[in-house]
Amino acid sequence: MKKLTLPISDDEIRALKVGEPVLLSGVMMTGRDAVHKWLNDRFIAKKVEPSEDDLAVYEAIKPILNGGIIYHCGPVVGGVETGDYKFIAAGPTTSIREEPYQADVMKLFNLKGVIGKGGMGPKTLQGCQDTPAVYFHAIGGAASLIAQRVEKVLGVHKLDFGVPEAMWVIQVKDFPVVVTMDSHGGSQHAIVEEESKAVLEDLLQK
Amino acid sequence: MQDLTKDILELVRRTSTDLPADVEKKLRESYAQEADGSAAQGALDTILQNVELARKNSTPICQDTGTPLFYVHYPEGMSTRKLKKMITDAVVEATKHNYLRPNSVNAITGKNTGNNSGDEHYPTIHFEEVDEDQPLTIDLMLKGGGCENVGIQYKLPNTNLGAGRDLAGVRKVVLDAVHQAQGKGCAPGVLGVAVGGDRGASYLASKETLLRQIGDENANPELDAMEKQITEEANGMGIGPMGFGGKTTVLDTKIKGLHRLPASYFVSVSYMCWAYRRRKMTVQNGEVIYE
Ligand code: SF4
Repeated sequence: MKKLTLPISDDEIRALKVGEPVLLSGVMMTGRDAVHKWLNDRFIAKKVEPSEDDLAVYEAIKPILNGGIIYHCGPVVGGVETGDYKFIAAGPTTSIREEPYQADVMKLFNLKGVIGKGGMGPKTLQGCQDTPAVYFHAIGGAASLIAQRVEKVLGVHKLDFGVPEAMWVIQVKDFPVVVTMDSHGGSQHAIVEEESKAVLEDLLQK
Repeated sequence: MQDLTKDILELVRRTSTDLPADVEKKLRESYAQEADGSAAQGALDTILQNVELARKNSTPICQDTGTPLFYVHYPEGMSTRKLKKMITDAVVEATKHNYLRPNSVNAITGKNTGNNSGDEHYPTIHFEEVDEDQPLTIDLMLKGGGCENVGIQYKLPNTNLGAGRDLAGVRKVVLDAVHQAQGKGCAPGVLGVAVGGDRGASYLASKETLLRQIGDENANPELDAMEKQITEEANGMGIGPMGFGGKTTVLDTKIKGLHRLPASYFVSVSYMCWAYRRRKMTVQNGEVIYE
């Protein structure tokens, strides 16, 4: 199986095609609804003036995300009281909720990919082509297995968003994913959607 | 009254970390049916490894530990107020032990309570009284958010789908629901379907049907046949595990009929992901038995 180590280069991204399984290693960050909205409101749409803390967090995550990956995940984390963090369960969450923001976030940081489940829409697919980046599909619900592949929690930002919504910086080894949207406009989700639609049309006639 | 907080905590632990045997068996059968080396088989392989790991380490099967839905049958005379307190305390305790993720967010302020305390609807507890000599039973289902989001309610007739107010129409809208869900509810899933009721009762009943066992028979032969037909036809759509494409999209279908107003005909579909977490405890003469 193909293995990739973060940060990932544009060439490595361009070489990835829909349907390809990959094992990912290196440092990445979790981010879901609150994070994407926070990024959008402060640094993309600029609807809200960033606070000092916002700016500090932004500077801290920039190098991680340059050539890096955001993982759509709301983990169960142990050791929150002591700060001795450990990922206990960490499967992907549904990605489509970030559709309004994802392409802009990709461009903002030179992100090389996002990991999630369920796939994303046309705006993100275009973002994948432009940046370039890909969509990696993790196995939804495989929380214990993926948590085992998280070797270390390196830190956390915006814990006040709540444990599932915070930005967790993690070091992973051999994180199993499948490329379902590539940087050439290919989408496994579009293919399956279309093929299943044809079968459904047939069934509705019966 | 006997303090059951610790026993309910154990129920939560089992539910969150140990997938029921009927579900795991069905997943293994599905694995065997998928093509060797396919993304579908790979996904099911990861799922099954994950199930074993969660059981062994007593960690949540899925990090989204869902909405805790309790179904309590209590003998006449037992205090539901006290039972409710034990249940909510056990849920808070289970969160401390990481069997549950802090999942309860105030919809108005956006604040997460951090310990799964909520309001009179969270955790959700349904009480039903039984005779005095009957045991106390508590069923717990953990219903994930991703699959809850692909749940859907139809109002029949639906001209777009050519669905009228009969079982043939029900079949059409349920198949449409499966198509709309694609892999997003963490397919392969189980369909809980309620026909009739008002909007609220309909959704409620669609979840209750999910307490049934995989592969059991509906007491109504007409509904039983429809359940099997929908499962088979849904799998024919080829959506597959996670929507990667494949033969396994729906593990089972459960249908319940309700009474309705002449004016309304609702069909509610609750989609349960493969992480179909449900467990039961029975308390009789002070003794606690887990199924
Ligand atoms: S839909 Fe189910 S398996 Fe998927 S993330 Fe949610 S709870 Fe987990």
